[in-house]
Amino acid sequence: MTQAQIQRSANLSILEAEPGERKWRDYFSFNTDHKVIAIQYLVTTFIFYCIGGVMADLVRTELRTPEVDFVSREVYNSLFTLHATIMIFLWIVPAGAGFANFLIPLMIGAKDMAFPRLNAVAFWMIPPGGILLISSLVLGDAADAGWTSYPPLSLVTGQLGEGIWIISVLLLGTSSILGAINFLVTLLKMRTPGMSTTQMPLFCWAMLATSALTLVSTPVLAGALILLSFDLFAGTAFFNPTGGGDPVVYQHMFWFYSHPAVYIMILPFFGIISEVIPVHSRKPIFGYKAIAYSSLAISFLGLIVWAHHMFTSGIPGWLRMFFMITTMIIAVPTGIKVFSWLGTMWGGKIRLNSAMLFAIGFVSLFVIGGISGVMLAAVPFDIHVHDTYFVVAHLHYVLFGGSVFGIYAGIYHWYPKMTGRMLNEFWGKVHFALMYVGMNLCFLPMHKLGLMGMNRRIAEYDAKFAALNFVCTMGAYLLAISTVPFIINAIWSWMYGPKAGNNPWEALTLEWMTSSPPAIENFAGFPVLATGPYDYGMERPRSEVDVPLADEREPALAAGPKSALRADPDPNVAANPEDRK
Amino acid sequence: MNIPSSIWTLLIGIVLTLTSLWYGQNHGLLPTAASDEATLVDGLFDTMMTIGTGLFVLVQGVLIYAAFKFRRRKDDNTDAPPVFGNIPLEILWTAIPAIIVIGLSIYSFDVYNEIGGFDPHSAHEAPIAGQAMTMPGAAIAATLNDTPPSTDPNSNQIKSDEAMSDPATASVRNSDQVPQKRDAPGMGIVSPGIGASPDNVGKAPGLAVNVTGLQYAWIFTYPDTSVVASELHVPAGKEVMLNMTANDVIHAFWVPELRLKQDVIPGRQSEIRFTPKIVGEYKLICAELCGPYHGAMNTKFIVETPENFDKWMQEQQVATKGNLEQAIALNVAGRSPAEFLSPYTMQMGIQPETLHQLHHH
Repeated sequence: MTQAQIQRSANLSILEAEPGERKWRDYFSFNTDHKVIAIQYLVTTFIFYCIGGVMADLVRTELRTPEVDFVSREVYNSLFTLHATIMIFLWIVPAGAGFANFLIPLMIGAKDMAFPRLNAVAFWMIPPGGILLISSLVLGDAADAGWTSYPPLSLVTGQLGEGIWIISVLLLGTSSILGAINFLVTLLKMRTPGMSTTQMPLFCWAMLATSALTLVSTPVLAGALILLSFDLFAGTAFFNPTGGGDPVVYQHMFWFYSHPAVYIMILPFFGIISEVIPVHSRKPIFGYKAIAYSSLAISFLGLIVWAHHMFTSGIPGWLRMFFMITTMIIAVPTGIKVFSWLGTMWGGKIRLNSAMLFAIGFVSLFVIGGISGVMLAAVPFDIHVHDTYFVVAHLHYVLFGGSVFGIYAGIYHWYPKMTGRMLNEFWGKVHFALMYVGMNLCFLPMHKLGLMGMNRRIAEYDAKFAALNFVCTMGAYLLAISTVPFIINAIWSWMYGPKAGNNPWEALTLEWMTSSPPAIENFAGFPVLATGPYDYGMERPRSEVDVPLADEREPALAAGPKSALRADPDPNVAANPEDRK
Repeated sequence: MNIPSSIWTLLIGIVLTLTSLWYGQNHGLLPTAASDEATLVDGLFDTMMTIGTGLFVLVQGVLIYAAFKFRRRKDDNTDAPPVFGNIPLEILWTAIPAIIVIGLSIYSFDVYNEIGGFDPHSAHEAPIAGQAMTMPGAAIAATLNDTPPSTDPNSNQIKSDEAMSDPATASVRNSDQVPQKRDAPGMGIVSPGIGASPDNVGKAPGLAVNVTGLQYAWIFTYPDTSVVASELHVPAGKEVMLNMTANDVIHAFWVPELRLKQDVIPGRQSEIRFTPKIVGEYKLICAELCGPYHGAMNTKFIVETPENFDKWMQEQQVATKGNLEQAIALNVAGRSPAEFLSPYTMQMGIQPETLHQLHHH
């Protein structure tokens, strides 16, 4: 028996005889089923992603030539402000919440989230927030002070647009807080009896770290925005220098959230990659516990690096040095993850399907963003490239090459579970190829632009930068085109794709032990871990395990099943006699 | 021929190291370095680029190699060997990055010190800066600032007569918008920037210039000379101190060739010092979003030989003599802003058409 068959036969009893089916109308209703809410999250955020993407292409069209010849300067500023706000608050953050909603209860063997109604409320705050934000464009006064919305500029560019921006970000932030509470409680309280925290899938660990971070940091953003709205509407002077306020205090409060937000946007996708790579490499994840704990380390360190966004704002020298060192240290837990993923692929039997390609693309692009991130941490260098296209390149390698590739890896991987049907592999690969090329065409030249002296958030630029900007714009168009095969593939496959079966990838985590799409109540009982969540290849002879520096007799040195880093099966039901107690 | 894998590893390691070292020196990604400080920053970047290239090639190489070498063979549906991880390896790849980032931190710390990053706190000893430097500002800001509290009366929080009559700032004063402070064309607290390099600590800079950022122009006033300029002229080889503030929103002073950037914040005085070395005409860019015309807020940064600089200074003094008294005496009432501003905008190099456009946007 293969490992997947062992896990399946141990969990046959929890398959619902009559799984029940969702009608299409359910997806448009105030439903409390976590799977319905997850699909609502993913589809809604994808629509906002397309809107934000159109704005990005409008921005790139303006930047195709050095002159201002496409939109007015005011509209240009609104476009990049809304592009960033949408991509952060209406796409990447809620898309992570969408995956968490779908996967957490299934992965830990629960029937639903801890607070189903709160879950639905958290989702239903997103469409009003998003529509409000976009409506400001129609009203003719969209926020145009950048997504950072620094005062005093944000106080003088138009009350209406700025007010709308504040209200929608507050709504979206609240949604994110409510989601985080739900994820935390669900993860800590609702695991199936045989699963301890060190047996949870790594996506769950990632969401644990993300939710903790969200809970600690998001309220500070709310505080900053409420004070900003007082300055805007009530004439107070918290941040307004006219009355003696200090704009730099806003920057501290803003980045106290917005730097952790970067980790809120990447940690869930670290989790997804940690799921996708072992399944399609047919090999256990390398260093389960190292990856799990590195998520917590990133979450903690993420809270004490915010002022690296302010190295040129005028903070004291010792403070710059402190934030430089903490920022650089984040490279260490991130490195653990990257090397562990490489270690997982090494010696595997890699199935190069779309999900795996996107996961490999994620690692390859995220590493570039990580390297430029360490460079940016170095204060003397950051003083040169702060607020330039080097930063634009860096953040897109992290958030687009990282998070968005992670989202797609997740969609290609769990689409069969979500819909019960397979996506078309050929068009998936076309999608990946176009996106990977477009991504590098669009963002790689920006590194050089920034280093040579092109500042960001400008509608016009020095003619010497024209050639590289033209390349970037063509890359952006290619990215827009790359989405088309995906959209058609996703819609067509949902209706006519081949049936997926319960476990098309022969994976071992519990979400694959129920039907596809999952039964309305997920499981008929408590699923069990007859094998660990990553126990691939356990049927093979142990002599094949050959890792440098390893000694199989010592758990601290072992690389095989005895390794102290492994996520163990439930000792009461383990299929392998050695794992039983 | 069967070459052992340890030889392969060694060969690949050597090639990787050489490639990284070569590219770290030959990336051609930075513009001219026009000051000694810029050269130091470039050295740091080259080092990071070397390490970055090595890491980049290593990771991409492993990914591509694994995708080919370890891809699933046809009809093989079995799993790979059960390798769960290895603590010594995890320690290895925790320790190596940790050592690298600690090394980079120390190197950055040193460069930061060399370019004068730690000096601003002793800057108030220098005669030019005056007592304004010791003024703590708002309570929150004070906790982030290690300047010792001063017992002198704080003339910066009020629009004192002394502040209002400071000749250094007379031409750019904007007391309606932001409270005025003496010794700088701006107010509030001193925002640490880049101060004197260790060699210059305690010495007065060779030249001090007051810089004001406003939507959408830079104004440079040269203290004790009554010169007001829209371009920044400095002599090569002399240490320059810029005393900067903004009149309306946050701007940022950036000259890519100096590798130097500092936000210019209304209500705060920011200081930077640098020593330009290479004569030339560079671009001075506003690097902080300041409104729709942010992209157009550039001017020239001109490093001249000391002789040419003195010549320029004299020309300016002749040209502006008398202009300032007129400006103050002007009767604003009954004139449109464009009419009122035209003599000044011409001086700043802004064409009337540009102003005209501004009104229609």
